[in-house]
Amino acid sequence: MADLIDMPKLSDTMSVGTLIKWLKKEGDAVQAGDMLAEIETDKATMELETFFTGTLIKIYAEAGSQVAIGAPLCAIGKPGEAAPAPPVASATPPPPVVTMPAAVVVAAPTPVAVPVPAAPAPVIATVAPAASQTSADRLKISPLARKIAADQKIDATRLTGSGPAGRIVKADVLAAVANPSLAVAKQTAGQTPSGQQPRTVTRSGPIQAERTVPATNMRATIAKRLLEAKTQIPHFYLEIEVDAEPLLTVRAQLNTALEAEGVKLSVNDFILKASAEALRRVPGVNASWTGAGIQYHGATHVSFAVAIEDGLITPVIRDAHLKSVFAISTEVKPLGQRAKQKKLKPEEFTGGTFCVSNLGMMGIPKFSAIINPPNAAILAVGTTVTKPVVKNGAIIIGQTMTLTLSCDHRVVDGALGAQFLSALKDLLEKPALLLV
Amino acid sequence: MLFKPQVSLVFDEVTLNNGIFASNYYFKLKAFPVTKKPSSTKKPEVTNLGYDARQAPINIKLGQDEKIALYRDMVRIRRFEERCLRSYQQGKIGGFLHLYIGQESIAVGCASVMGKDDHIITAYRDHGHALAVGMGMNEMMAENYGKITGCSKGKGGSMHYFDPSRNFWGGHGIVGGQIPLGTGLAYALKYKGLKGACMAFMGDGSVNQGAVHESYNLAALWSLPVVFIIENNGYSMGTSQERSSAGPSLAQRAEGYGMNWAIIEDGHDVLAVRDKVGQALKLAHDKSLPSVLEIRTYRYRGHSVADPDTTYRDKAEIEAYKSTKDPLSVFQLSLLAEQTLTDELIQKIDESARAEAETSAQFADASPYPSIEDIKKDVYWEIDNPADRKSVGALFFD
Amino acid sequence: MPVITYREALRAAMSEEIERDPNVVLMGEEVAQFNGAYKISEGMLAKYGPKRIVDTPISEAGFIGMGVGAAMLGLRPVMELMFFSFYSVAFDQIFNNAANIRYMSGGLINCPIVIRGPANGGTNVGATHSHTPESIAAYHPGIKVVVPSNAYDAKGLMKSAIRDNDPVMFLENTILYGEACEVPDGEYLVPLGKASVMREGTDISIIGHGRSIQLALKAADLLKQKHNINAEVVDLRSIRPLDVETILNSVKKTSRCLYVEESKPFCSVGAMVACLISDQAFDYLDAPVKRLTSIDAPAIYSPPLEKLQLPSVERIYQAALDTLK
Repeated sequence: MADLIDMPKLSDTMSVGTLIKWLKKEGDAVQAGDMLAEIETDKATMELETFFTGTLIKIYAEAGSQVAIGAPLCAIGKPGEAAPAPPVASATPPPPVVTMPAAVVVAAPTPVAVPVPAAPAPVIATVAPAASQTSADRLKISPLARKIAADQKIDATRLTGSGPAGRIVKADVLAAVANPSLAVAKQTAGQTPSGQQPRTVTRSGPIQAERTVPATNMRATIAKRLLEAKTQIPHFYLEIEVDAEPLLTVRAQLNTALEAEGVKLSVNDFILKASAEALRRVPGVNASWTGAGIQYHGATHVSFAVAIEDGLITPVIRDAHLKSVFAISTEVKPLGQRAKQKKLKPEEFTGGTFCVSNLGMMGIPKFSAIINPPNAAILAVGTTVTKPVVKNGAIIIGQTMTLTLSCDHRVVDGALGAQFLSALKDLLEKPALLLV
Repeated sequence: MLFKPQVSLVFDEVTLNNGIFASNYYFKLKAFPVTKKPSSTKKPEVTNLGYDARQAPINIKLGQDEKIALYRDMVRIRRFEERCLRSYQQGKIGGFLHLYIGQESIAVGCASVMGKDDHIITAYRDHGHALAVGMGMNEMMAENYGKITGCSKGKGGSMHYFDPSRNFWGGHGIVGGQIPLGTGLAYALKYKGLKGACMAFMGDGSVNQGAVHESYNLAALWSLPVVFIIENNGYSMGTSQERSSAGPSLAQRAEGYGMNWAIIEDGHDVLAVRDKVGQALKLAHDKSLPSVLEIRTYRYRGHSVADPDTTYRDKAEIEAYKSTKDPLSVFQLSLLAEQTLTDELIQKIDESARAEAETSAQFADASPYPSIEDIKKDVYWEIDNPADRKSVGALFFD
Repeated sequence: MPVITYREALRAAMSEEIERDPNVVLMGEEVAQFNGAYKISEGMLAKYGPKRIVDTPISEAGFIGMGVGAAMLGLRPVMELMFFSFYSVAFDQIFNNAANIRYMSGGLINCPIVIRGPANGGTNVGATHSHTPESIAAYHPGIKVVVPSNAYDAKGLMKSAIRDNDPVMFLENTILYGEACEVPDGEYLVPLGKASVMREGTDISIIGHGRSIQLALKAADLLKQKHNINAEVVDLRSIRPLDVETILNSVKKTSRCLYVEESKPFCSVGAMVACLISDQAFDYLDAPVKRLTSIDAPAIYSPPLEKLQLPSVERIYQAALDTLK
């Protein structure tokens, strides 16, 4: 049986060797200790020694070739013996049969991601996932405080931290547990009531944190003025039902035709214009009680109510009687946006002579509003309702809208109010009149 | 003072880049050479001119079997080392492998004169000493392979064989680091009142380490029974003695500490080693005096297997030594001459040694590696002996 | 109960162990005839003779290595480093030999050596003599490290260390040598690996070792006095083995931790403890673990500045307040 000589490992870092040249040839007799070839390693050129005595019967690796450790180089055997076929080179021995330790996960030096507590059931005011936090930064809270907040069901995002860099610490959470008013929702721009963070309700436990929220300026103002209005103005209410179909048709026509220009007129835009025109016909409503008498206003500055976070505000379209529906529409949109961002200038929300409040988009069919002093009236607009109506003696499906006018009886009597509403109905049902 | 410095003042003109003229003064020191005459009145031991180690009392009483045993032990070392080399080249041994081929006479000679309270400690070229004191090839080869059946459970490797039961204390990797340990072993022997000595081996490259000098001082100062044995194979890795060690012979440095010293020129002669080392041991046993012995020897292979051995000596030198001073050949010839050995017996001994080495390679191959749990064992005595643990708390960390 | 100094406690411990076990021997520079550079071994040569109390020449690598070798063969040497700072001269012998020999021999050998000496600054002796290498020593598996802060612990720990079958680095403090406290007469041991709660508290855990503990106790008084803060002070006493349980229990109780030590900041014992706390008590932390160490530079000579560089009652007090923010 011939002995195989493999490429040896000649240095601790060697992985392949280059067989530079053979010092013996096939057929030569060799003794144990003889040098057979020169091999170049990564470190030096060494000589290949044979441990076997015999005849070099076969050379497998040609001079100049690169051979991996363990691959056969030559065979030593008896003269004339058949050389074995070079076996599949088993290079390095199989690795130890041990499970190497799993790579140690190096904990990142930066603060770890906010762990979302794995609550068994969704709980109100658990720490919201980072993405929906109000501020752009991650919540700064100590691990202990976070744990207590989770246990006590405090919404940590509503807390103010007293620790370094505003970090919420245990003391802050414990204070909020004792006094829930401290967990105040932070004021952020661009939020409407509908834009509040989604809250999930649990079947057991309170529907909201029991708390007292001190009034903001706006809320206080609204409270004061509307209390005054409701208690000091003698309100009476007139209702009228309007056929909305013609209006809706015209609106659709205009919106389709002007779509390319980016025009989108709303029903309310028409109502504002119509109100101004109705005031032109029945100017007695465009007035204010002065205490000693009535001040009649020459211009109709029509205001419209906008709901904003924490209250409402009434931006004004000045000289609405002089503006087209299109012009009004163009003004209404930015005013509305700025109203929600609380960026209205005083002159933009004061000085109105008449107000329109529209809860139509909220699905309210009819309601009565409270007069906005020093106005003499306020128009409440309901939603367009599809219902059976009588037309030309037949019952058909119609679209109706209910308008309710609240009137200050000191300025507007029933008859005057009725006249105004009648004029308004006329204008809305014949929208072509708004063009002239 | 052995020299007087002669001082001369040298003036050196220098022009700097910006054209400013500057000057450097420095003192040039000329020293007279060290005188070769040692200052002590002690004469060095006579070296081996006309000296026949066979006639020494310690050798003359050797029986045939004992002589054959000496020869056999040297052959076993040689064959084991050769088998290690093959295994290393097959990639089965990692890291370092420092072969003892050519120096066998020293380990065998020294081990053969050990008494029951004599101890050995050596550096990393430790396979010869380990076999000579009686460790088994199987556990040694398995240790090289990193297997749990190794003599150090795979935790030390080729450089770290130990066997306290045979008074063999390793197997050390840091050059010269084992010499203070050897001095300590001798200290303990003396402390316990035992009539024993520690043979602390080192290579010619160790003699310049500070720790070695400190050990010489302690041994001489306190008369410790330690025999410092310098196996001088002429090369400290790739640096010859002439290029690394100042002064005359390495052993003569002992004079600076007032210690006895001797040079054994014929380190390849196992009987010469027995004689001289035996004498040093007797001095240590009887008078608790240390010695420094320099044994001239030669290694046929590089410093370790990664050493191509071509940058610092030429083949002819190796061949010259091999053909005239090979420890196995020399002893074999002398035993053949006196008919203690026969060709047949030589053949048998050789085959038996090869077979034993081959078996050890197979044993090592078949043995398992340690498990991952073994990594933290054998670190603390207390953890390995939990019933006797007195401390509490965490000794390991993640 | 008798009141004795730290130095007397060490002397008593070593003497008792020398009397108890014939293999115990004390070696070092000036330990015998000079009666000890810091008088730790005063009178011991006269009592026990030159075989048990041995003066060494100045050769740390040599004699520490010799101690390790002798320990391999069954002696229990107590090796004194006149200043523990000199350990670096014997670094190879300690951390390659004493620490590794058991491992490299697969458990055949053990090395019951004690290497002791004062490791501290604060005495104007300069950068090379003021090292506190607890964390460097504790880094090495195979080594044990203790740092007693008072006489009671010094005696109990020294006896345990001498009887321990593994190599123990025993770090003392020249400034503490003269400090006295109650130490019982009879035989007692303090086990390695057990921390000591020196003062119970609820608001912050001030953990540390060595002389800094004495300062921390004073700082804790100040915190109580001025801010009604109840600080818990924990003396580790033993660095390796480490009393992880006591550390975690304390932090779980107080949620705030300040580690005080004389070492420099990089990879100090406090760094390891902070890592442990962050790993195993993360949810209990109300603030990150803070450390109060020496200012990160070699030990300065100038006496008033050395005081500023080292931990002080004032610095610990301030650091505690910062940690409580």
